[in-house]
Amino acid sequence: MTEYLLIIVSTVFVNNIVMVKILGLCPFMGVSKKLEAAVGMGAATTFVLTLGSGASYLIEHYLLGPDLAYLTTLSFIVVIAGIVQFTEMVIQKTSPSLYQILGIYLPLITTNCAVLGIPLLNVQAKHDFMESLLFGFGGAMGFTLVMILFAGIRERLDGADVPGIFKGSAIAMITAGLMSLAFMGFSGLVK
Amino acid sequence: MIAALWVMIGIALFLGAVLGFSAIKFKVQGNPLVDKIDAVLPQTQCGQCGFPGCKPYATAIAAGEAEINQCPPGGEEGIHKLADLLGKEFVPFGEGAKPKAKSVAFIDESTCIGCTLCIQACPVDAILGAAKQMHTIIASECTGCELCIPPCPVDCITMLPIDEDITNWKWRYPVIAIQEAA
Repeated sequence: MTEYLLIIVSTVFVNNIVMVKILGLCPFMGVSKKLEAAVGMGAATTFVLTLGSGASYLIEHYLLGPDLAYLTTLSFIVVIAGIVQFTEMVIQKTSPSLYQILGIYLPLITTNCAVLGIPLLNVQAKHDFMESLLFGFGGAMGFTLVMILFAGIRERLDGADVPGIFKGSAIAMITAGLMSLAFMGFSGLVK
Repeated sequence: MIAALWVMIGIALFLGAVLGFSAIKFKVQGNPLVDKIDAVLPQTQCGQCGFPGCKPYATAIAAGEAEINQCPPGGEEGIHKLADLLGKEFVPFGEGAKPKAKSVAFIDESTCIGCTLCIQACPVDAILGAAKQMHTIIASECTGCELCIPPCPVDCITMLPIDEDITNWKWRYPVIAIQEAA
């Protein structure tokens, strides 16, 4: 039980997928202008990542094995694309306004490197099924947490008196860098 | 080699089956966003937005063909609601689409000939009357949309602005000026 908790804490804070591993920056910069959209994006990515980690574990172990290991990346991409398609249909049905807000970033979850990165890291770390699921879920939680924090800061930044040359993306990049520095501070949390 | 092909074909077939099934299961009937926008619009069917009613305007907004600032009866509050719903920025009213001072229609009863044309035009049934009887406006129902003015053959309808008094005065929405940084 403790190890599962450790996986969650380590993926959310210590090895945060966005801030420490620097993966998944496209939606991180793209969908973080509004808090509402950031929450939606986090939820969609959580769904895709958790399902994707589980599915790719099953594929890796029962379909590919050591003989076909060279198909890992290829088959993971196919499976993730399928899951994203499925998620898109569900969101379009259940929440059309969220669908409108997420727009192009929803199908772009397919090319979110965090979503492919976590299953590959799972293979590398030889996680079992439960660990893979938790690693995926924890990573997605970390992604969501960072999205929400960053969107909150950016909403505040909109009203702030930013010097002309730093306006827009520039100050967002600087903020992201500072946040990343702050997350590095978690590295001593789990011994 | 052949095993690799089978594996990929297997994955593709399985995913295809799942997606095909969910495409039928989660099929979207029409555009549900239109209904949500339509629910925000005031339903006066006044046509001041340039569309023949609230539903066509909602359809145009959903398709991205119309701005969200064309509905004077909805007021600025309506634009804010639309902006929230669609995740867009607030847009102030454009030229000519500003809400006029709140007013009600008034029928000059000595000139009214009782033709019922204005009754048919009124979207909110705020005009009382019958053929060959003079008509009158139910002031509390009138939305001030001015749709009854063009059909009147004797021009007996005028718009009267409603003066503020103690019964209908309310707090103004706060206007906060944004200052450019020096």
